[in-house]
Amino acid sequence: MSARALINVPKTAKRGEVIEIRTLISHIMETGFRHGTNGQSIPRDIITSLTVRYNGEEIFSTLLYPAIAANPFVTFSTVATESGTLTFTWEGDNGFSVTEEAKIVVA
Amino acid sequence: MWWRSLLAGALALFLATLALAEIPLDQRRSGYDMMSASTKAMQDDDTSNPATLSVLDGEALWSRKAGSEGKACADCHGDAEQSMRGVAARYPAFSAARGRPINLEQRINLCRTEQQKAPPLAYESRDLLALTAFVGRQSRGMPIAVENSDQTRPFIEAGRKSYSARQGQLNLSCQNCHDDNWGQKLAGIAMPQGHPNGYPLYRLEWQSLGSLQRRLRNCLIGMRAEPYAYGADEYVDLELFLMWRARGMTMETPAVRP
Repeated sequence: MSARALINVPKTAKRGEVIEIRTLISHIMETGFRHGTNGQSIPRDIITSLTVRYNGEEIFSTLLYPAIAANPFVTFSTVATESGTLTFTWEGDNGFSVTEEAKIVVA
Repeated sequence: MWWRSLLAGALALFLATLALAEIPLDQRRSGYDMMSASTKAMQDDDTSNPATLSVLDGEALWSRKAGSEGKACADCHGDAEQSMRGVAARYPAFSAARGRPINLEQRINLCRTEQQKAPPLAYESRDLLALTAFVGRQSRGMPIAVENSDQTRPFIEAGRKSYSARQGQLNLSCQNCHDDNWGQKLAGIAMPQGHPNGYPLYRLEWQSLGSLQRRLRNCLIGMRAEPYAYGADEYVDLELFLMWRARGMTMETPAVRP
C-alpha cells in the first residue's frame, strides 16, 4: 500500500483569521542506525522534507531528521488570506514523494 | 492473650490480601486515564491519531476482493458501519466450528479461508491489523460485552488461572502488577489495570499498531517467561478473561497508549 496522509484544514475561515493546520502521514522513519537480527545495518528510510504551498506560494517548509518518530505529525498555523488550495508535498529517501491537496473557502 | 491478637492481625492481613485480589467493578479505570494530556489529545482527535491511517487502510481492504471466490468482506457483510457495530466488543467469541472461543483476528482469517478461499493473513501483518482496527472502530464508545455462558465459562476460567499464576524467572503473575499494584510506578511509568479496551492500538513505544497478543507477549518477556506463539489457545483464553474482567467498560479502539 502506498503512503496515506491525513490533512486537517478548516473548510472555511474569515479573511485574516489565524488557522491551524495539522498533517499526519504514514511512514516507517527508519533511522539507519539500527541493525537487523542478522547483524546487518538497516538502511535509512525517512521523510526528509514537507513543503506547503498556498495558491502556489510557499508558506511553510520543514526538514525532518532520523530522530523523528514513525508517522510524522506536523502542525503549524497560517493566516487565511484568500480562497484556494493548499498543496502539501512530502519528500524523502528512495524517491519518496507524496502530494496532497486541501481546499479552503475564505469569506 | 498475645497470640489471639497476633492471630487476629494475621487474619486481617489475609483478608486485606484477598480484598486486593480483584478490582471492584466501579474502581476500574481505562489506561487512558493515566496518560498524559498530549497522548490523550492524540487519541481523541482522529486526524492526529496515527491508528486512523490503519483504519483507512482497513476500510479499503474491506471492499477489496480476495481469494479464489473473488469475494470481498463487503459482499457478505455490506456496510461495516452497520454490520460490524458492536462486534469487536463481543470478541473473543465462541466458534462452533472450532469448539472454543476465537479472537477477532482469527475470525477474520476464518472468513478468509472458509468464505473467500484466500490464504490467512499473518498475525501482526499490516493488513490483518488494518482490518481488525477497521472492524474494531465500529464498536468505539460501546460497552465490552463478551459472552459468559456455559460454553465460554471454562475458557474464561482457564484465562483467569493463567492471569493469576506466577510464571517466568521473576516469578510474577499478571495479578501482581495489574490488580495489586496498579497506579504505582514501574520504571517511571504508571502501571495500568490492564484492560484491553482499545485494541488493536497504536503504541508510541512500538511506533506502530499492535494487537493485544503483542502486548501480552511484551508482558511475558518482561516477566522473563516464555511467550506463546501468536494465535495460541492460551493467549485467546487470557484475552477472553481480560475482556470479561473489563466487561461494561467503553471500547476505545483504535486507542493510543504510551
